Amino acid sequence: MTANAASPNHLQLTRDGQLRHFLTLDGLGRELLTDILDTADSFIEVGERSIKKVPLLRGLTVVNLFFEASTRTRSTFELAAKRLSADVLNLDINTSATSKGESLSDTLLNLEAMASDMFVVRHAQSGAPHFIAESVTPGVAIINAGDGRHAHPTQAMLDMLTIRQHKGGFEGLKVAIVGDILHSRVARSQIRALNELGAEQVRVIAPGTLLPNDVESLGCTVEYDMAKGMKDVDVVIMLRLQKERMEGALLPSEREFYRLYGLSQEKLALAHPECIVMHPGPINRGVEIESAVADGPQSVILNQVTNGIAIRMAVMSMAMGGQVAERQQKLNEITERGQA
Amino acid sequence: MSALLDVEQLMDKLETGLKDLLKERGIESPLVIGIRTGGVWVADIIGKRLGVEEPFGQLDISFYRDDFSRIGLNPKVTPSSLPFDTEGRDIILVDDVIMSGRTIRAAMNELFDYGRPASIILATLIDLGARELPIRPDVAGQALTLDAAQRVKLRGPDPLWIEIQSADQ
Amino acid sequence: MNGNDNNSGASLKITGGRLLNGHGDEVSNTALLIKNGRIAATGAKAESADADQSVDATGCVIAPGFVDLYCNLREPGNGQKGNMVSEARAAARGGFTTVCVSPETSPVNDSRAVTNLIKDSAYVSSPIRVLPVGALTRGLDGELLSDMSGLTAAGCVAVGNGSRGVSNARVLRRCLAYAQTFGLTVMLRPENQSLAADGYAHDGLVSARLGLLGIPEVAETAALMEMLLLAEETGARLHLSQISCGRSVEMIAEARRRGIAVTCDVAMHQLVYTEDALSSFDSRFHLRPPLRSEADRQALVAGVRSGVVDAIVSQHLPHESAAKQAPLPDTEPGLSSIESVLSLGLGLVQAGELSLAELVRALTTGPASVIGVNATLEQDEVADLCIFDPDAQWTPSRQSLISAGHHAPALNRSIPGVVRHTYIEGREAWVSG
Repeated sequence: MTANAASPNHLQLTRDGQLRHFLTLDGLGRELLTDILDTADSFIEVGERSIKKVPLLRGLTVVNLFFEASTRTRSTFELAAKRLSADVLNLDINTSATSKGESLSDTLLNLEAMASDMFVVRHAQSGAPHFIAESVTPGVAIINAGDGRHAHPTQAMLDMLTIRQHKGGFEGLKVAIVGDILHSRVARSQIRALNELGAEQVRVIAPGTLLPNDVESLGCTVEYDMAKGMKDVDVVIMLRLQKERMEGALLPSEREFYRLYGLSQEKLALAHPECIVMHPGPINRGVEIESAVADGPQSVILNQVTNGIAIRMAVMSMAMGGQVAERQQKLNEITERGQA
Repeated sequence: MSALLDVEQLMDKLETGLKDLLKERGIESPLVIGIRTGGVWVADIIGKRLGVEEPFGQLDISFYRDDFSRIGLNPKVTPSSLPFDTEGRDIILVDDVIMSGRTIRAAMNELFDYGRPASIILATLIDLGARELPIRPDVAGQALTLDAAQRVKLRGPDPLWIEIQSADQ
Repeated sequence: MNGNDNNSGASLKITGGRLLNGHGDEVSNTALLIKNGRIAATGAKAESADADQSVDATGCVIAPGFVDLYCNLREPGNGQKGNMVSEARAAARGGFTTVCVSPETSPVNDSRAVTNLIKDSAYVSSPIRVLPVGALTRGLDGELLSDMSGLTAAGCVAVGNGSRGVSNARVLRRCLAYAQTFGLTVMLRPENQSLAADGYAHDGLVSARLGLLGIPEVAETAALMEMLLLAEETGARLHLSQISCGRSVEMIAEARRRGIAVTCDVAMHQLVYTEDALSSFDSRFHLRPPLRSEADRQALVAGVRSGVVDAIVSQHLPHESAAKQAPLPDTEPGLSSIESVLSLGLGLVQAGELSLAELVRALTTGPASVIGVNATLEQDEVADLCIFDPDAQWTPSRQSLISAGHHAPALNRSIPGVVRHTYIEGREAWVSG
């Protein structure tokens, strides 16, 4: 017997299969992911105009609800919302506010009273955006800006956009993701996207302590030895390593980690000659990646930042579009029933 | 019912009308911009007939439509492409069919986000009337009045032909 | 149980039902006569007897009242999450006539005073028999021995650690040795706390995909092995409570072969749901131990069939709704399950995974033997029984549930199995609609 709960897609897709929330890449098909990338391409063109703004979300209010500090991600979401002509409210709700006793449900009730149309949510707990999407008034779109170890779907999609720009597509691609997979919401979303978009091989390269149990079930192969893992890869994605990992007995030292899993020019030389180097940032130079590689010709780390705004504009306008279309559909149905 | 209008004939009329207008206004090097998708096909042909040397531009007005709040975003939006600077230039904005005028409103809003053109001339292959906004084509291939149930659509790009459909079929 | 015994002198005749006695014997279309709280006659003799009252049980199963070895009635407590009135009545609705309540009350049941408080409250407010389980360590802190002998004298049927651990093996060894002195049954939920850490989901496919903090299987099996070895060494009567892994079933079977006095139970929902229940972050299924893999589920069901698993428990843990309305990791673990145990079990019977006799055994004679009470429907035995219609459907919902906890495993959908009557010592504890 399975639990009688809605699957993530009942939550994030309309009946017609359009986005109405953007919570996870789980269950989103290749066509929809490709639509997101294509729409983002159009927004990249908008970003090259003298006026980099379109009127799609004019009159709507977007609330950046960040329960976990992240200036970078919040800024790109803010800029994306503004370029869509939305009004933007930034709320950094540090965890101390929640420890004062107000529950997340109560916080949400207060925010809804401000007539918000979209919440962009960053939260330290896996599943928090899901919970919010289940709790909010219909018509309000929820965008996941990173939840716990679960998902960071906009980051993964901007990475896919970067890969597509450099490699033309995903067929036949060999991609290595290196570092702390266990704690990485980015890696989970990337592995999912790469599988759905048709990459030939996704390899995760990490020591056993930084890999979740059953990691292969996500759609990847495991390599402990970076030299083997780097062989012939077209794309290498380096993950950020948090300093706390030393304290939890997951790693002996940053030095040892860098020696084994840091991306140096020597290790990069083992990859395909046209291999691109990616990193979701912020970078720990000398821990995950050598400066010469981060700033080198194969690095596309800066492209990733530009693409971040376009992807977020795409996802926000698509989810809001799904919500308004659904609302209109319901109104039409009520009118028709009234006439019948 | 599917009636055929002669595209060639309409193109000729459009070409003549535009040449006259450009001459009258003293415009020597206009830019041609078509609205996706039908308008782009027409822009391609008209641009060549007018001897415009610069490549024609393409506008996708999906981000500027006024019905986003009712139908959401077009899932198949493609990037607009204006391979030139529009600042201070004379522009011929081309679409296949004009009716309510809402598409043109959106297209002009989008155009102004690229810069301030010196002028815009609106050219459409077919003018169906039934306007909802104070916008009219400067040059049209043909004015046409349809029944409420009829729709007209430019098919193409090769060959280009005009289809008139009856909704009751 | 309340002192209202105005009908205990009256006789009651139940006819037309299918009698399952808990040992697997089954008699269809039979009768039962109850007098003075005991079973006065069965079969033809009961059929022909005159009675003050009679109940037609046609289409229903007559079974011994269910016995729950692990539930929480939330009394004493702050009342938000439930109380004796709501939760004992919910249990009666579930067909239970005897429930063992976890020592994890507020305050913890580590003294005669709290044991007496529970008994007094049950006497006044509970339609069924409530048996306290005393705390194994003071305050359930896993550091100091509780007054086990005194707790037993006050009425505790066993001692246990509730859902908390005794992380210090030396303390655990002494607890078992001390309990053994008095021949007490020690109910322990095996969980190595440092391995379970901050986890809230099975460390497996779903936690890998959703990035949930996992509790590995070894958190249970490592603790379980330690408990088995300590029980073997001290000779204590060990009951392993709420196991969740297939491997645990194997280890317990092996220990029994070696002659260790060990019994065990599993929560009904562990037999029905798996880690998949968390796929969309449904906080109801935030449980401790977590729902595990499909292979584990199947092994646990097989354990019930083979008898290695002695009992199925409700692991009823009611909460106020706010405790479940938060992002998954921030919610409190537990299901409001006691009203649904039979229905979930009948689902397994319908699916061919358990026979009705195996289900009834694991809800009656199995658990009863762990705490040394009777649960058979035979001449002169105490008339604790329930009459349920296995084919009738009901829909658990916020409105229909009696428990203060509305986080039932099946919600707003129809499930089989309606308890028509529950009798304790011949008195009616529950009658439906």
